[in-house]
Amino acid sequence: MRTYGTRASGQPEAAILSASGLSFRYDGSGREVLRDLSLDVPAGAITAILGPNGSGKTTLLRLLLGVLRPQQGTIQVAGRLQQEYSRRELGQLVGLVPQDEHIPFDFSILEYVLLGRAPYLHPLATPGEADTAVALEAVRAAGLDGMHERLLPNLSGGERQLAVLARALAQQPRILLMDEPTAHLDLGNQGRLLDLVRDLATAGTTVVLTTHDANLASALADYVVLMLGGSVLEAGPAETMICGGKLSATFGVPIQVCAVDGRRVVLLPNGQANAAKGQAGVPHRG
Amino acid sequence: MTAAQRVARLPVAGVSILRRKPLVGLGLALIIVLALSGLVGRYPAPYFLSPPVLWQDEMAQKLVLSLRLPRILTACLLGMTLAACGTVLQMIFRNPLVEPGLLGVSQGAAFGAALSIIVLGGSTLLMQGMATLFACLGLAASTLLAHRVRYGGWILRLILAGIAVSALFSAGVGLLKYLADPLTELPELVFWMLGGLWGVTWADFFYLVLPVSLGLVVLLLMRWRLNLLSLDDDTGFSLGASPGRERALVLVAAVAATSAVVAVSGVVGWIGLLIPHVARRLTGADARRALPAAILLGGIFAVLCDDLARTLLAGEVPLGILASFFGAILFMAMMLSKNIRVQR
Repeated sequence: MRTYGTRASGQPEAAILSASGLSFRYDGSGREVLRDLSLDVPAGAITAILGPNGSGKTTLLRLLLGVLRPQQGTIQVAGRLQQEYSRRELGQLVGLVPQDEHIPFDFSILEYVLLGRAPYLHPLATPGEADTAVALEAVRAAGLDGMHERLLPNLSGGERQLAVLARALAQQPRILLMDEPTAHLDLGNQGRLLDLVRDLATAGTTVVLTTHDANLASALADYVVLMLGGSVLEAGPAETMICGGKLSATFGVPIQVCAVDGRRVVLLPNGQANAAKGQAGVPHRG
Repeated sequence: MTAAQRVARLPVAGVSILRRKPLVGLGLALIIVLALSGLVGRYPAPYFLSPPVLWQDEMAQKLVLSLRLPRILTACLLGMTLAACGTVLQMIFRNPLVEPGLLGVSQGAAFGAALSIIVLGGSTLLMQGMATLFACLGLAASTLLAHRVRYGGWILRLILAGIAVSALFSAGVGLLKYLADPLTELPELVFWMLGGLWGVTWADFFYLVLPVSLGLVVLLLMRWRLNLLSLDDDTGFSLGASPGRERALVLVAAVAATSAVVAVSGVVGWIGLLIPHVARRLTGADARRALPAAILLGGIFAVLCDDLARTLLAGEVPLGILASFFGAILFMAMMLSKNIRVQR
């Protein structure tokens, strides 16, 4: 395991997940989605991978999960090479909350959350009472107490995302990967989800999330990895990464960071981004 | 309570047990249907053979034991297999509208049977062997083709490949029909394509028992895993599964069982599409209960349809026609009662 110099903030120092020299292209397409990318994720903290749309964040997350294999480079999980783990061992270590999980059948919340116990069970086994207890506890922790018999299609978007998180909690992973976790949530549900993620990190789970929302990264993350064009632009503690110059370089538009009540808030300066949009004649999104 | 009142309460009791303990209710229903089916037929008089008559009539006993029983049990296996296969395919393809006819399996079996009837002069065993062989070839061709396609997800590719392979085999069947001797070979082929269980013997039943029970046991053992395989590939992977490999295993078990029954019965549609929906209505989507429920329900539905097939007319009504007829009616009724959830 690689170690780092002591940090004044008292944050954990060891990288639980690290990538070095990753290059990746989807077969059939010539474009390199990730180019010689290296990354260290400190244990027990929240790391945000922040970058514009199409910068390779989701691809990186899928490589960290292990579902994609890099053409070059290696990934270490908890001190061992990723490919040295069996499928089930990796399932006990690394969980995933995808951006928009499509569930084609009408499972109840409990039936769905129980699937989080799969890495602990033989493929032919069915979950027992202990697994049900863990799943119910995960449902409660996700703030869906008493709703475990509700069917997924009858839930609101926010409740659904919480159910997905509960499924990942039942998995009890040491590392939780989240892809754009607040993409479809209103402010109230964002708040609920963020509180849960903070609690998880406090309890020792390492959280890695992708986002294109600098405010989310600023509000939630301990560490920020700025990504652009398939490479890491810069990485470090959130306080040093969330600043106007670095964000402007990442997103390609002028960005200001202000302090409001001691918190950093990310803004597009009035008019400027719109002016740039007008000149280029291309609508700017997100 | 009078006897009449008690009888009137029976259906109510049946419905309430189906709601509270669907699997127990369906199991009991299947046993009752199997037992009563032995008494249904056209000997000595049409429709129903009362137990006292059966007790006295030696001919009737022989007929029940050597003709009706193997046929009823085969119908039961047929319905169970098609329903199980339908449930499983819908889950692993993550699409509630998939049925075993997909992936070139049914058309492949039809082509194999046609080939053996018309070119090889079909003995029953040869026909069954050829149907099974070509069902597997159909699946293999679909999967190989899907691996070669360069766009879309695995499921889309497999479904497209299945459609193409099915079309190829049905063209082949069309050609064989055109070449067939209209007096001898064509009727046999057409009747096979309509699906039915006439002339099924104990030998047919025993030919089926092994592949079907092997397939069903594998599927039942993996019933909870099926839930996992119905999630996104990335999610399944993150939960320690190997979605691709596990889907392939499940698929092989399902197709092996299906091609065996299709070889005996001919093409019987709708059971594989409809029964899984009804089962999920009764038990919820979790395959731990939905799969056994579909298996029991499939057995009941196929045995009832086959009872009608052999009793309704003096001749034989092809089972495939009846299954499609009642299946379609039931499907329409379900669509009107509550909408069937289809996303995407």
